[in-house]
Amino acid sequence: MRRYFGRKLLIYGLTFFVAVTINWMIPRFMPGDPVQSMLSRANVAQPAAVEAMRAHYTAMFGFDLPLWQQYLNFWGSLLKGDLGISIWLFPTPVSDVIIRAVPYTLGLLIPSILLSWFAGNRFGAFAARRKWLDNSVLPVGYVLTATPYMWLAILLAWALGILAGVFPVAGAYGFDMQPSLSWDFLGSLAQHWFLPFASLFLVAFGGWAIGMRNMIIYELEADYVNYLRALGAPMRLVRRYAFRNAILPQVTGLALQLGVLVAGALVTEIVFSYPGLGHLILQAIQNQDFFLLQGTFLFIVIGVLIANFIIDIAYVLVDPRTRTGMGGAA
Amino acid sequence: MALNVTDLRVYYRTLRGEVKALDGVTFSVADGEIMGLAGESGSGKSTLAKSLIRLDGRMRHVGGTVELDGRTMPLSDDIGMDRFRFREVSLIPQYSMSALNPTRKIGKMVGELLDSRGERPDRAELERRLELVGLSKDVLDRYPIELSGGMKQRVVMVVSTLLNPSLLIADEVTSALDVSSQKAVATTLLGFRDRGLVTSMMVVTHDISLVYQIADTIMVMYAGRLAEKAPADVLVTAPRHPYTKQLISALPEVGVRYEDRRLTGIPGNPPSLLKPPGGCRFRERCPLAFDQCAEQPPFAEVAPGHFVACWKAE
Repeated sequence: MRRYFGRKLLIYGLTFFVAVTINWMIPRFMPGDPVQSMLSRANVAQPAAVEAMRAHYTAMFGFDLPLWQQYLNFWGSLLKGDLGISIWLFPTPVSDVIIRAVPYTLGLLIPSILLSWFAGNRFGAFAARRKWLDNSVLPVGYVLTATPYMWLAILLAWALGILAGVFPVAGAYGFDMQPSLSWDFLGSLAQHWFLPFASLFLVAFGGWAIGMRNMIIYELEADYVNYLRALGAPMRLVRRYAFRNAILPQVTGLALQLGVLVAGALVTEIVFSYPGLGHLILQAIQNQDFFLLQGTFLFIVIGVLIANFIIDIAYVLVDPRTRTGMGGAA
Repeated sequence: MALNVTDLRVYYRTLRGEVKALDGVTFSVADGEIMGLAGESGSGKSTLAKSLIRLDGRMRHVGGTVELDGRTMPLSDDIGMDRFRFREVSLIPQYSMSALNPTRKIGKMVGELLDSRGERPDRAELERRLELVGLSKDVLDRYPIELSGGMKQRVVMVVSTLLNPSLLIADEVTSALDVSSQKAVATTLLGFRDRGLVTSMMVVTHDISLVYQIADTIMVMYAGRLAEKAPADVLVTAPRHPYTKQLISALPEVGVRYEDRRLTGIPGNPPSLLKPPGGCRFRERCPLAFDQCAEQPPFAEVAPGHFVACWKAE
């Protein structure tokens, strides 16, 4: 057990290191100059003042140092918990900007991932034993899971937002509101939350339902099912066993899908101008905000790694076979 | 009479038509009898074994009746058959190694199975039976993955016989085992009968020399029909059907040096059961075939307890 988790932690550590390094590299190899864009925003006419400001900003962000020095400084301040200062929202620290956005992203992601997983598995198992359902509804599942997140998001925004006018299509709450703990505000929050949530939920739901349907059909052909049936065990017991065994690959699937779902959430947020991390990434790119981009990516990497680790632990708990196979490949 | 099978026909549905895997078999198994059922692949022996407990999706009960202890079994009624399964007729499957749910502890699985059949799990009896096959009660707290193949097989043997069935079907139970385990399994089966845990037994195998050690009678099938049924030693020492004769002569014998004399096989192949030829199905490969073989010979009793389907069996 200890060896297994030791190995897992080593792999996660390595992944973290590589991912953070890439996060650091990406903004620096993007075309454009963040200091230049800050200067043009400042709108200063005198060339001497511009030069002075340029020197000041460059030194402040450390762009005058050689790249390797910048890289080491980056790790140094990262370990101290300092993510730098946002260029876009200068002089707000990046961590503050991210912490403001995180609740919105988590509020979208966690319900859509868990609910789609739960409902998709239930529905898939249910459809697997009804021919008419299998023939009529599952093709819809295939279409759903093949739909790109942002395309479904645009479709939903157009149909339910613009045409039907039932749901708002932008923002996390009404533009005329200030965040507060009133029913009005919460209602508006829920209303704005629904469409981005639905587009994430539907795409993932289709995928889980199809996966589960296939797994159940496979499990119902398994030897242990044939044996139970030969001993006259009722379908109720057989289905319970089949469901429980079919869910195992779906747990692995959840770990694999997590990254895709996060990416989906990011583009969905952009479609709905939802003020989460995806929205931040877009702004950071548009404003050449190295530090914000790094910080947001870092946060996503940590989130995905933690979620994967939790799933690893859960898998060990639900499948006895992994417990005995722990000496093997991790 | 424990088991009476009359003119049983079970066909497989395929895209190219019906495969007549079991085409009119009539026989009976007495109380306390261990019957070996032998034949090559595709002879219909596994189909017969499955038919008596659970038809799979492609199998169709076309005709004939099966009576167990005087009650007719509704073969094609999957729900009606549940009354017989486990209590009256039980199965040790070919796939014993994978017959247990991999994610349930064995004791828990057995408890849930008994519960679902409305039986009260009797832990002490279960432990006693495990002891009988040489397993400690610890296996009940293990997952199947933690057991060796032989242990899993013994667990399955215990589970299958837990409700003292009237008929136990052992389907190719020794095929995947090494010789010493084969011997142990055969002895265990014999012990089940001798202790009265099961009344009669049908041991399906392609290994006549193994079944000969435990069976009272042996029945040989060929191409979906019965060829011969006789007391075990009679069938092995004095077979009457030409197919059985050739089958027995193809077995190696103790004391014979096969450097000098090559073992012979039976030339030719069994016929396709999609459109089987009329008359005796062994005709094509039979050295004794003559004109009358175009007509199907009856499965007739030529001596007490010795049935042969051959015109030249007298």
